[in-house]
Amino acid sequence: MIHKRITKRKIIDKLVFFLSSLSVIIAMIPLAGVLIFVASKGLSAINLEFLISLPKPPDEIGGGIGNAIQGTLILIGLASMIGIPIGVLAGIYLAEYGDNRFGSLVRFMADVLSGVPSIIMGLFVYVAVVLTTRSFSALSGGIALGIIMIPIITRTTEESVKLVPNSIREASMALGIRRWKTILFIVLSTAKSGIITGIMLSIARIAGETAPLLFTAFGSDVWATGLNKPISALPLIIYRYAISPYANWQAQAWGAAFILVSFVLLLNIGVRYISRERYKK
Amino acid sequence: MPHSFFLFRKIKLKKIKRILSGDFIFKNITLIFALFVLSLAILVFYELYSRSQLSINKFGLGFLFGREWDPVQGIFGALPFIYGTVTSSIIALMIAVPISLGIAIYLSELAPGYLRSPLSFMVELLAAVPSVVYGLWGLFVMVPWIRDYLQPFLESILGFLPFFQGPKFGIGMLAGGIILAIMIIPTISAVSREVMLAVPNAQREAAFAIGATRWEMIRVSVFKYAKTGIIGAILLGLGRALGETMAVIMVIGNRPNISLSLFEPAYTMSGVIASEYVEATQELYLSALIEIGLLLFIITLLMNIFARLLVWRMMKIFRGAKE
Repeated sequence: MIHKRITKRKIIDKLVFFLSSLSVIIAMIPLAGVLIFVASKGLSAINLEFLISLPKPPDEIGGGIGNAIQGTLILIGLASMIGIPIGVLAGIYLAEYGDNRFGSLVRFMADVLSGVPSIIMGLFVYVAVVLTTRSFSALSGGIALGIIMIPIITRTTEESVKLVPNSIREASMALGIRRWKTILFIVLSTAKSGIITGIMLSIARIAGETAPLLFTAFGSDVWATGLNKPISALPLIIYRYAISPYANWQAQAWGAAFILVSFVLLLNIGVRYISRERYKK
Repeated sequence: MPHSFFLFRKIKLKKIKRILSGDFIFKNITLIFALFVLSLAILVFYELYSRSQLSINKFGLGFLFGREWDPVQGIFGALPFIYGTVTSSIIALMIAVPISLGIAIYLSELAPGYLRSPLSFMVELLAAVPSVVYGLWGLFVMVPWIRDYLQPFLESILGFLPFFQGPKFGIGMLAGGIILAIMIIPTISAVSREVMLAVPNAQREAAFAIGATRWEMIRVSVFKYAKTGIIGAILLGLGRALGETMAVIMVIGNRPNISLSLFEPAYTMSGVIASEYVEATQELYLSALIEIGLLLFIITLLMNIFARLLVWRMMKIFRGAKE
């Protein structure tokens, strides 16, 4: 009788082990599926012309995504100019002065904001910037992506500044260095790799954002000429080509996806590499 | 009175000196940016609210229950989109919650040490793939698979239910729910794993000490204590599912109908905003779209606030318990 109960308990235990390992495997299927298809279908679409030339109409062979790559890089640059200073400074506030009610509120809001859908941020910039200036523009795209970066950078900066041991701050202040100089030149340089990790992660996230760009950067078929004009971007061209009925555009969508996914994965693996070095110390 | 005059000057000088010191300036600069983060949510709300006035005034609460979406006649009701968003998110949760909890249990309790970190990284990568790439893969790989295998299979065994009847296009509510599930698995599993890891080890040891198997230990020690946090994790996943746009747009069919069948095409709130804002040339049309955005913002904001509160409270309790 007792023996039977023990066997039953052991079977349930094994079953749970089996089911939970199975769920890890199930989760790996879409990841593997996406990576395999993007690699196999994407690589065959890529050649030098594809990378450096402008898009062509669907009935012509050839054409490329050069301006989309250029646009994505410009948008990332703009977003970084907005998101990095705001995020890093807000993060410094939270880590160094934020040990109070107001700090908790900001911290909480940053967490909540990072869960707000990116399309809402795009719609916000559309309403606030695009409707006011009456034109889609690279600048508005950069603002939308920058806003999405802010909460991520704020929290990762805070975490890494907090990891800096207090003895370092005290040593610096004992030498008569003012607090703000201590923070800017000593604490920040110690926390540097953590902050850079956060910035890389946020760039990896915004590089693939599509929905906010629909309302702001809009997309274009020519090279970027100014920040007040619409601009192309990799995710936009993937979307446009994927839902088009033309086979050669669809093939190019896979090519563009290959470039985008490689970029995002490299950033993630880079982050992993940097933080491993840090944890070893 | 010279004495008090000097005292006054002294205080004033001190004050000015304090204001001009680098510390004071630096602290307040960082404070301004922290304030900016805080005000962002209010700013977004204000902008969306003021731009959707036209539609709010015209339709009032009826906007939420109107089934008709007819831009030509200027009639706008958001019910089909609310239905599409809620239903696709529920399907996503039904698929993603058991899988994510399985992953979290495996990674926090059962996996051998050398597998934990690489497997967690793989699950994180699932979240790193851009939404539009999931859409592309969903449209050309998953949808044909659903059309050729999953839908006939579901119809043959569960076809007596109204959910599994109807046209077999592949594209539709079911495809939307499945792609959403894939996208929220990393969120739910990462946060649940984190809260499970926060359960003090003494709890586990106590369960093992009285002879519990691993599953019994998980049920008694881990689940019981991490419950609040796991609910928080699920709500975070739900928040993500509600607002996800691109992948769903590409596989759900984008037709505003309310049907019990999961094979029928549907439309989501974020989907209608993203695909119709270009056509929205009349003020009222645009205002209705922005009102849908406002609704989505309020729902996801509340969902996230609630979820974060749950996760935070739980982590706080455990930090207290560990010390």
